[in-house]
Amino acid sequence: MPMSDEDVLSQKFKIKGGDFGKAGRTSTSIKEILKEIGIDHSIVIRASIAVYEAEMNVVMYAKRGMVTLNITPEKLHLKLEDEGQGIADIDQAMKEGFSTATHEMREMGFGAGMGLPNIKKNADRFKITSIPGKGTTVDIIFCLDKTENK
Amino acid sequence: MSTYFHSIRIDMDKCEGRMKCLRVCPTQAIRVRHGKASIIEEKCIDCGECITVCPHGAIVPLTDPFGEINKFRYTVAIPSPALYAQFGREILPEKILSGIRKLGFDSAFDLALTCGEVSFAIQEYVRNYKGPKPLISNACPTVVRLIQVKYPELIDQIIPIELPRELAGREIKKKLAKKLKIDEKEIGAFYLTPCPAKMISIKQPAEKGKSFLDGAISIADVYGPLLSAMEGIEKGSYRKALESICILGVGWAMAGGICRTLRLKDSMAVSGLTEIIKVFDDIERGKLRNIDFIEAYSCLQGCVGGSLTVENLYTSYNKILKLIETLEFEQIKACPDIREVRKLYSQKYFLIKGKFEPRPLKPLDTDLAKAIKKRKLKDEIYKLLRKIDCGVCGAPTCLAFAEDVVRGDADLTGCIFDLPDNMEKISEELSNILNESVSIDLNRPNINKSKINERTK
Repeated sequence: MPMSDEDVLSQKFKIKGGDFGKAGRTSTSIKEILKEIGIDHSIVIRASIAVYEAEMNVVMYAKRGMVTLNITPEKLHLKLEDEGQGIADIDQAMKEGFSTATHEMREMGFGAGMGLPNIKKNADRFKITSIPGKGTTVDIIFCLDKTENK
Repeated sequence: MSTYFHSIRIDMDKCEGRMKCLRVCPTQAIRVRHGKASIIEEKCIDCGECITVCPHGAIVPLTDPFGEINKFRYTVAIPSPALYAQFGREILPEKILSGIRKLGFDSAFDLALTCGEVSFAIQEYVRNYKGPKPLISNACPTVVRLIQVKYPELIDQIIPIELPRELAGREIKKKLAKKLKIDEKEIGAFYLTPCPAKMISIKQPAEKGKSFLDGAISIADVYGPLLSAMEGIEKGSYRKALESICILGVGWAMAGGICRTLRLKDSMAVSGLTEIIKVFDDIERGKLRNIDFIEAYSCLQGCVGGSLTVENLYTSYNKILKLIETLEFEQIKACPDIREVRKLYSQKYFLIKGKFEPRPLKPLDTDLAKAIKKRKLKDEIYKLLRKIDCGVCGAPTCLAFAEDVVRGDADLTGCIFDLPDNMEKISEELSNILNESVSIDLNRPNINKSKINERTK
């Protein structure tokens, strides 16, 4: 269903691969926006965690990425597109505990193989597509309309 | 009467609108309009940064004057352990407490003992806790308020153990009333406070309960008289005085003191609001789950850095640290009996009566569709602004100004710079959204120019 521009709050955020110093800023900015417009707390928490995990995936594995935030009164849509190595076997990557993280990443507390499963767990709807060698696209959706079920 | 009690007041006669407070406020709760500062009550977390920075002493902490103690038949002083750090290294708590008695209090209570009990209670709570981690100490009222306002998601991670000063007030009154055969109401328990934030936690506890204390007196106010009062006190045995110190309790004066004296393994300490905000952002993202307990203090280095203390905070921090090291080295353990504490703990002796509730900031609008529109307008307005955060409009940043405008609290014409032509369109949109409740006069498109001209004349 086409939506008139007026009802959509749309914002883009760039993420730089390998930039651990600034990692987490995008999820913080998004969290601030969600709080400002009065999104339900439980959704803010879930969305913050999901977008942070996705952001970290870009920082750790991709060259660069872009988060597109789209909010309408009905739904919150976060799209993460990155340019990078992509994921060869998505089913395997979705398994809890599976990780290709390096030793350094593990030292920083990442790479427990919980990232993607954690995003899926927190989102109302979740979609992932990837082309190995090109990049990955992740769609994270939350329903805001209380009458609509998951 | 407003919803939130604050321990900070602005003296309008003294305020010259110098905007130092505007820039230092960590929650952007201050506006300077028409040359005077004002506080947005729902945003203020009583950290006291503005008090310290005001060049005219126009922002004042609302502590109790010393004379308050005359209202009671019997008075007890309960000094924060941070007071013990305000004097030279040879002056130990025993002497400080005798000095306080000479000031006119009927008795002075060593809060370190209660702090020690509470440290053990915290240890019990951390051990039995099964929820999301880390747990956050409730010792600093500003931190508790920061969570209520900015991190409502973390509210259940605040430790719901009663504060030592409250427990002390409760128990002392009970015991004294029995001993002296007077009513508990006739006993005044006063906290000697290192910061104004403790004052609000007494007047309006975060968990909405009732305080067992009758007031808070600033350490800075008693410092001078106390120094003279201690002069005449004969020097007792240093060793004996040392042996009466509860190491766990002394730890409460400085950041990291609780973790260190309890020897908690997976714990950490953080002080200073900007640093706390970084750590809380991490917790919110689900990081730091491997940490059991976080001690967080709004003032640098903990309570020794409170705005109502006298000694340089690094000197006082060091004094507490050395004291802890000495006690550790000498293996002095004048602490409460842990078995006794566990027994009381199981009887819910330490639990707070109320519950911490979030007090999140108002969203741009309660209607989501409208809030989205306002948020978009805010972005558009922000794009028009110079983004140099000059503060002349009265808001701390251009972004805060844009938000004030869409909330209807400020007018676009408040910006001293010439705004581009599309400002009119935005004004129109804005007034539609604000339901014409805020009148934006569209017939004055050149108001900015004329205002600047006026200034340059």
